[in-house]
Amino acid sequence: MKLLTLASQDKTCTTVLMALAAVTFIIPLCNLLTPADSPLHFSAYTVSLIGKYLTFALLGMSLDLVWGYCGILALGHGAFFALGGYAMGMYLMRQIGTRGVYGDPLLPDFMVFLNWKELPWYWLGFDHFGFALLMVLLAPGILAFVFGWLAFRSRVTGVYLSIITQALTYALLLAFFRNEMGFGGNNGLTDFKDILGFNIQSEAVRSVLLFLSGFSLIGAFLLCRWIVNTKLGRVVTAIRDQESRVRFLGYRVEMFKLWIFVFAAMLAGVAGALYVPQVGIINPSEFTPLNSLEIVVWVAMGGRGTLYGAIIGAVVVNYGKTVLTGLMPEIWLFTLGAVFIVITLLLPDGIVGLLRRKLQEQHA
Amino acid sequence: MNIPPLTRFHHVLAVLMLVFSLAAHSDPITASQPWLDALNSLKQGSMPEREQAIMQLAEIKDAHNLAILQALLDGRLFTTKTDTKLVIGIDNHQGFDISDAVSGAALGAVDHDALSKINLTNKMRGTLRKIIGELELSADDPAVRLAAVKAMAKEADDRVLDLLRGRADKEADPAVKEAIKVTLLLQDMDSPDKATRIMAIEALKAKNSQEVVNRLNAMVEKDESGEFVEPDEDIRNLAKAALININNRLQLYSSVETVFFGLSLGAVLVLSAIGLAITFGVMGVINMAHGELMMLGAYTTYVMQQLMPNHLGISVLLAIPAAFVISALVGIAIERGIIRFLYGRPLETLLATFGVSLILQQSVRSIFSPLNRSVATPEWMSGSWQINDFLSLTWNRFYILVFCLLVFVLLLQILKRTRLGLEVRAVAQNRKMAKAMGIPTARVDAMTFGLGSGIAGVAGVALSQITNVGPNLGQAYIVDSFMVVVFGGVGNLLGTLVAGFSLGIANKFLEPFAGAVLAKILVLVFIILFIQKRPRGLFPQKGRAADS
Amino acid sequence: MFNTIANKFAKKRLLAPIAAAAIGFFPAAHAEDTIKVGVLHSLSGTMAISETTLKDTMLMLIDEQNKKGGLLGKKLEAVVVDPASNWPLFAEKARELLTKDKVAAIFGCWTSVSRKSVLPVIEELNGILFYPVQYEGEESSKNVFYTGAAPNQQAIPAVDYLMNDLGVKRWVLAGTDYVYPRTTNKILEAYLKSKKVAKKDIMINYTPFGHSDWQSIVADIKKFGSTGKKTAVVSTINGDANVPFYKELGNQGVSAENIPVVAFSVGEEELSGIDTKPLVGHLAAWNYFMSVDTTKNAGFIKQWHEYIKNPKRVTNDPMEAHYIGFSMWVKAVEKAGTTDPDAVQKAIIGVESPNLTGGMAKMLPNHHISKPVLIGEIQDDGQFVTVWQTNKLIDGDAWSDYLPESKPIIADWTPPINCGNYNTKTKKCSGQNY
Repeated sequence: MKLLTLASQDKTCTTVLMALAAVTFIIPLCNLLTPADSPLHFSAYTVSLIGKYLTFALLGMSLDLVWGYCGILALGHGAFFALGGYAMGMYLMRQIGTRGVYGDPLLPDFMVFLNWKELPWYWLGFDHFGFALLMVLLAPGILAFVFGWLAFRSRVTGVYLSIITQALTYALLLAFFRNEMGFGGNNGLTDFKDILGFNIQSEAVRSVLLFLSGFSLIGAFLLCRWIVNTKLGRVVTAIRDQESRVRFLGYRVEMFKLWIFVFAAMLAGVAGALYVPQVGIINPSEFTPLNSLEIVVWVAMGGRGTLYGAIIGAVVVNYGKTVLTGLMPEIWLFTLGAVFIVITLLLPDGIVGLLRRKLQEQHA
Repeated sequence: MNIPPLTRFHHVLAVLMLVFSLAAHSDPITASQPWLDALNSLKQGSMPEREQAIMQLAEIKDAHNLAILQALLDGRLFTTKTDTKLVIGIDNHQGFDISDAVSGAALGAVDHDALSKINLTNKMRGTLRKIIGELELSADDPAVRLAAVKAMAKEADDRVLDLLRGRADKEADPAVKEAIKVTLLLQDMDSPDKATRIMAIEALKAKNSQEVVNRLNAMVEKDESGEFVEPDEDIRNLAKAALININNRLQLYSSVETVFFGLSLGAVLVLSAIGLAITFGVMGVINMAHGELMMLGAYTTYVMQQLMPNHLGISVLLAIPAAFVISALVGIAIERGIIRFLYGRPLETLLATFGVSLILQQSVRSIFSPLNRSVATPEWMSGSWQINDFLSLTWNRFYILVFCLLVFVLLLQILKRTRLGLEVRAVAQNRKMAKAMGIPTARVDAMTFGLGSGIAGVAGVALSQITNVGPNLGQAYIVDSFMVVVFGGVGNLLGTLVAGFSLGIANKFLEPFAGAVLAKILVLVFIILFIQKRPRGLFPQKGRAADS
Repeated sequence: MFNTIANKFAKKRLLAPIAAAAIGFFPAAHAEDTIKVGVLHSLSGTMAISETTLKDTMLMLIDEQNKKGGLLGKKLEAVVVDPASNWPLFAEKARELLTKDKVAAIFGCWTSVSRKSVLPVIEELNGILFYPVQYEGEESSKNVFYTGAAPNQQAIPAVDYLMNDLGVKRWVLAGTDYVYPRTTNKILEAYLKSKKVAKKDIMINYTPFGHSDWQSIVADIKKFGSTGKKTAVVSTINGDANVPFYKELGNQGVSAENIPVVAFSVGEEELSGIDTKPLVGHLAAWNYFMSVDTTKNAGFIKQWHEYIKNPKRVTNDPMEAHYIGFSMWVKAVEKAGTTDPDAVQKAIIGVESPNLTGGMAKMLPNHHISKPVLIGEIQDDGQFVTVWQTNKLIDGDAWSDYLPESKPIIADWTPPINCGNYNTKTKKCSGQNY
């Protein structure tokens, strides 16, 4: 109950939540209940597209938690997303079994191809869904922990931190790109068949994945909302605004930052894990610094420090991308570029800020 | 007559050859039938027939041979499209001045389109070089003679060796003499006389020649049945000792080479980062469009070359100021139009300039097409400075290294000695105080940003000489340049220089062991760890400004 | 302006964008008087450099077909989308083309990873994809027609030429680190070993995409090639990395006469962005060169120049692949009398269409085509001179005979086998999704 009252403090926020809930419940229900030719039936294209937007929204929100509330502009957040994606991808690869091109019962095709004789140790365990889920959280979590522990303890802040997060994702990009690493090189992991024994391309699975994405998003949203309203959240916000003052008050600033950073990384990992089965491929290009920059742009566009702003931003930018790359591919970059400039110059609080102002005017 | 010196020289030589062939054969030198036949199959035959024809031409001593063969090698031998006559052409920029290959009579000027070139394969080029080499062994230019010796040494049969021995006594140029000596000594290694062989090995020990290494290596190897190729043990041991001697020197040269590679990679990093060091370091603006400003510089070079296609060298030099001005203007426009509204919000400048970078990229794609553009390298920047067989430094890298240092020194002087530099430093240290002292901060900001952007443009000119000129040029360098600035310490130009060079050298020393990719990953991980240790880079900014 | 947008947002209580999105996703009313053809090539991002030309080629071919009266009495309509060099986006756009636009066939993709990304979607929705680029093989899908070269149509003949005609004894296999070079080099390594080339005479090197600092590697190649034995570089270096590679070769004095480089990914288009002086004499193996003197080719080049309104633009091998693929598709649709994928897939096998360089390309049961192999030397005008060519067309082989794991596998999409991955030893069909 308390959660709901918290959420309802903000009208826009409620609207977003309701819209999310509607998408999460109605689309899968419609698809499971109506026949394929019914007008209420959503096409597989729509379902996987919306599913993808929802995972991006989750990713954007996780970045908003570190950037908007903790003031850490992470330019390598995409790395955690990709790691979660790879963990899920590895599970899905193991599910292929003997249905691969070379029919090897143990090794994925690309390993057969590289003449590998046995599964590398870091692939062990990924045939269990539970283990994969654990790794979806742990792989980005541990990386964020180690990186954050080093960085925050030595008080690396501001642009320095931003740049080294970029170095982190760039190094991972190069590493995953190497075929010797055993993650499929440039082609990455693809050609998935099953998830938990269900055909990954079937409509029911798509609907369920969409539902799960929406559900995780709503859940994560409420969780984040709760966190930022606890004492911990308030300290974190204080760190964003005046780090040294908080430190002088006796708080161990680095611990708070680390906690939030690791939590956000795990959320990003979950987003990645939900993204991969819906788009059907994970490859190193998810690690490109440019991708991580784009996440920042979603958050800025939606309005940072609001959580739901990140959701709006992620959906709007990606929807724009989908439409524009179809309608006028040649000018897509012009439009995107112009939008960024306009948003930063004229709408510093993003779409949410604009909406708030409008709502206030209406009330006044 | 507008004949290049080399061609004129060939004419002289042709006359000499004529005398020679008269003395040798005492045939009348009217165009003989086999000679004409050979020319004909050169003109119309298939590739193998053409090859035959070249061999035939070499056999028949005809006065025009050298001119024809040289023209063929240089790609100046054509057939006219109208009457398929074999002609030699000299490019006069609008078209060709042509002369009949058979009679040597001048035929006036024609368009580029009126001729079709006689194409060659590698094999033919090799053959031609050898034939011409023999004819040029007594050329006036020592460089031509050296090339001739080298071409002949590749397939040294008895006839060639005799020619070389004959030349050795007459040769005055030390380099050519040395080359002939090495070739002959190599031959001595196969001598039936043991003493000669030992002498040859002893003498070759001190030479820096790859051929020598190969021969010595072959001597100490075992053949398939496990027997030594060289049966004489004394010789074998001598060869082993000589190899150790040479390999020690080789090691040294290869370290020198690696350092040079590292420095030149570093120079590229420094060039691409130094503009950023100003905008990012001095102004605190994260300019994501920095890479695209470099791209503009590279495209300026391309446009300059299009404007003056016949003066490659000058166009590249002129491109430097042009690129500076263009990138600086675009930079100032970005600053005036966008960034000045965002001071105090550094992270927002990142987003806005990211937008700018997308727009610049797509504009270039729309104007110049998404394809890479071809930027030619002027003659003085191609090739390498061949110190010996084991060590050569490429000219383009060398010039870029020098250029990088020049830009750095110039920039330092601007910041240290000019009014603008003083103002820039004042604003960088304490904006409010500077303003209070009457410094027009807005104008200084615009100028600083213009300066940083202009230098990015200049870096683009350098990049155009070593990599692709295309819309993605900027993206390829942006992450690296940020790393260099951060590693060196924001706001410190010297730091950027040291950081760039040390990262370059570290990368190049790691590369042989780890491979190109892993080396780069290791360097990145090193930077990440280094920043933990020294959060403000190699040369941290000191004082009050550092905390802001 | 912002007011109006904001008003709309406020009025519809923020459901507006989502509602709008949903509307956008319903399939558009299908116009029956046109046949839609999807063009799935990146127009932005890193691959735009290569793929934009193919988009223009497709538009030209479709335009021309319409001038001839269209297909089955209907006009063709090109649907161009931009997957922006983003691999998941390729899959998404393919799905959009097939479900929303209901295209009859897709012409697209360049990189292997983009094809791999699109593959499950095309197979699920039973679409048709024409893939125009030389690739690594080891694949044959019911829904994909491979009009580019398989390794046996490019790499092996090139190595044969180097070995037999140039007497090459030592080999550098240099490539970008992704699946095409890896496979090609693996096949070549096995092939060279079968020709008694010792392991120490083969050097393999991989670099990342867009690698720009070639100093050390070229120095290594130079050392490797200085042992007195004739050395050649077989390059599967991709795209952007080539310019700095060749520049470095030229500057370090590695000339085509000493160490020739034979490239599988450098064509006329790539050369148009390079200062070709230092490259003269280096080689490339393709199935098409712009310089080949046939009337068909002359006509194609003329048509291209007129369409693109720039007489300086070049043509290249993947363009020819699209040309052949498109004309085969047109013939198959005419033969089947419908654009129905199953009917077209059936009808297209055995369809013949002229190569621009002479001879007739034939669609084989394994969904690859027969092609001539040409080896050319680079000239200073950025064109190739054919120095060698196969005397007959070579059939594309989906599964390489030189790799132990794919040796027993064949692809045959005609009954009774009807399988892209059929093991002739175990008589089993595997790796299929249906």
